[in-house]
Amino acid sequence: MDIKSVPQDESSTYASNKKAIYAVDEEGKFTIVGSSGWEAEEVATKEALYDLQERAKEAYEAVKEGEFSPLYFHMYDVRMDLQVLSESTGFFKWSIKRDFNPKRFANISSKRLAVYAEAMGREIEELRVLPKGRYE
Amino acid sequence: MSSFEHRHSAHCESGVMSAMLRHYGLELSEPMVFGLSNAMTFAYLPFLKLGGLPLIAYRSMPKSIIKNLQKNLNLKMKLETFSNAQKSQERLDELLREGKIVGAQTSVYWLEYFPEEMRFHFNAHNLIIYDKEGDEYLISDPVFENPVRCSSKSLTKARSVKGVMAPKGLLYYPEFVPKEVDLKPIIAKNIKKTAKMMLNTPVPIAGLRGIKYLAKSIAKLKKKDKRYAKLFLAHIVRMQEEIGTGGAGFRYIYASFLQEAAELFENDATLLEASKMLLEVGDKWRDFALVVAKELKAKREIEYALIAEMLENISNEEAKVYKKMLQFHGK
Repeated sequence: MDIKSVPQDESSTYASNKKAIYAVDEEGKFTIVGSSGWEAEEVATKEALYDLQERAKEAYEAVKEGEFSPLYFHMYDVRMDLQVLSESTGFFKWSIKRDFNPKRFANISSKRLAVYAEAMGREIEELRVLPKGRYE
Repeated sequence: MSSFEHRHSAHCESGVMSAMLRHYGLELSEPMVFGLSNAMTFAYLPFLKLGGLPLIAYRSMPKSIIKNLQKNLNLKMKLETFSNAQKSQERLDELLREGKIVGAQTSVYWLEYFPEEMRFHFNAHNLIIYDKEGDEYLISDPVFENPVRCSSKSLTKARSVKGVMAPKGLLYYPEFVPKEVDLKPIIAKNIKKTAKMMLNTPVPIAGLRGIKYLAKSIAKLKKKDKRYAKLFLAHIVRMQEEIGTGGAGFRYIYASFLQEAAELFENDATLLEASKMLLEVGDKWRDFALVVAKELKAKREIEYALIAEMLENISNEEAKVYKKMLQFHGK
């Protein structure tokens, strides 16, 4: 790629930052150029983001319906899934699934909840409830 | 540590090592660091999942640039890991008080200065901490244009996450940096090594065979769940193009390395040719990303066969570059 072809698409995903790309000048010599974004990359990033947002939204509704505990929503809201949450907490997946049960979750030990809170970067009290007014 | 100079880089680990060595008196460009540590590769690991999707790497495993450089340059690096977040922060502060600049591995998600839309749970990011003011660390993140600041809470969290490729609080800094290095023999050796590794991998998941394997998996997406298929394709492009992970980007860095190497060998024609060929392969990877993005947006059935064929083609074109590299004898 030559330096003039380095895309400057001002992608929102870059949030006004620039990415360094090695490209060649008129003499064919490599130099570093800042790119403000590239549509192809933005599409791919947003596809992944969209999926995470959709999961969080679906989880929110399911928790509201009483199908799952608030933990289930928070997991997706911090862009995790069962795999990542299991790795981040050191809890087995099956034991996390048990905590998705609203009744069981209501009686969760504060020690266990503290591990979730730490892994997800949220306050213990925050995890107990569904945040109000989302997706309205 | 006001003398520390930040430079914008294409990849985090090579950027960190280039800046760190420069700071301690050994001037090596980012592409030179990348080439000397034979960081260019390809691996498709369907069994190692990140967010439910297989790991696709266009470069060697985290820490391999640090380790290979250490081996190839007679450099001595100190790597420290921690099981306790508080202790890992205290140690960092201590090293900064000693006047050191310190490399660290982090998660991307927990770094507050990262663009919100780029914050995913990816744990193998690298950056340099060069000072602390009050509660804030002054950070040279190579993939950012300018130095950034980060609260101690955010950085310590990013360093202490658990999971795939967990940083374990990793801190690193040089204990001995040679003042001068005879680059030529190291260059010659590593060009051969990279070419051979890409051409003759014993396992089907790495090197050019890995690219072909990925192409086959794409062709099979037709029968898979649509949401998964789209995510899988987006994932390939993200692993290729998103900040610091770049597939095409890495081909350009390595092409730049080949050019720099050619100059050291009196404009060696073989290396210059290989550099040009790899530049074109880099362009092909970008064309591939463009086509995938177009297919993702199209309101019709995705043409998986077309995408798979493009990858096959890239793998064939890359093979030519590595064969060219093997013709270089380092004289």
